[in-house]
Amino acid sequence: MSDLPQVSNAIPAKAPRSRWVGKLVKASLSLLFILALWQAIVWIFKMPAFILPSPGAVLAKLVSRWDVLAHHSWVTAQEILLGLLLGLSMGLCFALQMLLFQPLRRWLLPILIASQAIPVFAIAPVLMLWLGYGIASKIVMAALIIFFPVTTCCYDGLRNTPRGYLDLAHTMGASPWRVLTQVRLPAALPALASGIRVAVVVAPIGAVVGEWVGSSEGLGYLMLQANARMLIDEMFAALFILASLSVALYFTADTLLNKLLPWQGSSN
Amino acid sequence: MNNTSVSGPRLGIAIEHASLRYHDAEQPVLANVNMQIGAGRWTTLLGRSGCGKTTLLRYLAGLLDGQVESQGRFSINGEAGIGDLEHQVAYMAQQDLLFPWLSVLDNVCLSARLQGDKHNPQIRAKALELLEQVGLVAQADALPAQLSGGMRQRVALARTLLQDKPLVLMDEPFSALDAVTRHQLQELAAKLLKDKTVVLITHDPQEALRLSHQIYVLQGQPASANALPALEGEPPRRFNAELAELQENLLSMLEASHV
Repeated sequence: MSDLPQVSNAIPAKAPRSRWVGKLVKASLSLLFILALWQAIVWIFKMPAFILPSPGAVLAKLVSRWDVLAHHSWVTAQEILLGLLLGLSMGLCFALQMLLFQPLRRWLLPILIASQAIPVFAIAPVLMLWLGYGIASKIVMAALIIFFPVTTCCYDGLRNTPRGYLDLAHTMGASPWRVLTQVRLPAALPALASGIRVAVVVAPIGAVVGEWVGSSEGLGYLMLQANARMLIDEMFAALFILASLSVALYFTADTLLNKLLPWQGSSN
Repeated sequence: MNNTSVSGPRLGIAIEHASLRYHDAEQPVLANVNMQIGAGRWTTLLGRSGCGKTTLLRYLAGLLDGQVESQGRFSINGEAGIGDLEHQVAYMAQQDLLFPWLSVLDNVCLSARLQGDKHNPQIRAKALELLEQVGLVAQADALPAQLSGGMRQRVALARTLLQDKPLVLMDEPFSALDAVTRHQLQELAAKLLKDKTVVLITHDPQEALRLSHQIYVLQGQPASANALPALEGEPPRRFNAELAELQENLLSMLEASHV
């Protein structure tokens, strides 16, 4: 087949290292900007330290209380990660069931919507009552809050497999099981990935709300305690860690997903 | 051209007085269709968009089971019924339908993968051979997103060839390509699918004339098939004055069918 031109018009991939550095530079620049703005507000409006402590004071607190902060961060991080794991697997199972057992869908859909209609804040005390003040109630809380976005994204992805793919699989004599595992599930992965991106951002909310309602550990607990004792700089230190945790989680998830699913966004 | 695909049992289809109607429609899409799809030959269905040619193709591919009601007589190699057709068909669509999460090689081996036989070294060796024939062996490990439209359709052709089915159904497989690439692919497909029974759908008279042994024009409401006189010579044909004249005739025929 020498008469065919061997034109390689592969999409040139940017060197991953330089892209990483660029991202990092941008992120640190915006962080610096926010810190500068914060400091400026403190100076210009002469904010008292018990309303808005300066970034320097918060940094000092981060350093001096790092052992306490680290302990509580670890607890909250566990809650978030386990909540994500639970919520994602629940969402995936739910979506699969709705796809595989169409009649069941009519029964499951109201449950799904109800899980979203009742505010998480409202069920938090019930969860404390049932699951105790430990880590379990917070995990369930984080799982519940991400359950809906994950399920809907995943279900949409599974349901909207391009018809051409299914036709092709049919003419190739694929069994329903192989259609599911080899066609529908991989085709749904980009949709699931958007669900995960949302979940990763929302899950910390669930965990912290859980800690506010009742706990003896975690960043949410620490913030309440610090607030009650007027340790505003400590509260901000906890808040800063929580925000960093969420951002780090999002970027890790995003990078991993982009690496694992390089075909996202490309379609026929 | 050393064609490695051994020609299996040949397969011809006869369609007599056939009509197809979707369950939810009052009017049939196709009525009183008579066609001879010759074994080992290229039969082309030509017609304007929406005339029902895709319906007929999808019906033959077994993709309309439970959606249409058929009447008339369909027979394979003289035996009535097309129930056996399901496992003897390879299908090539307008979109290349490459799975973006699989490498080029894995896409070519898709039929084996969907049969649960994805690690068979013989099949992979054959797939590489086919990729060689379509000139893409260097891209075997690339993802489809890294290929151009013409390359992707060539991968789809290799995937179709790997299935090695006696009947190949093609639904406008070249229509989304630019003129030069389309020309190359027509040539390549004609060479590689020489021993197969091919049913090609197209709305391009030139493509039909270049590639077919037999052309049917689908026209009317509901559509029926009009056979054109058989063409001489072996496809792929060079486009000469004679074919140009035939193309003129075909175009005016198609224009007349939709006033």
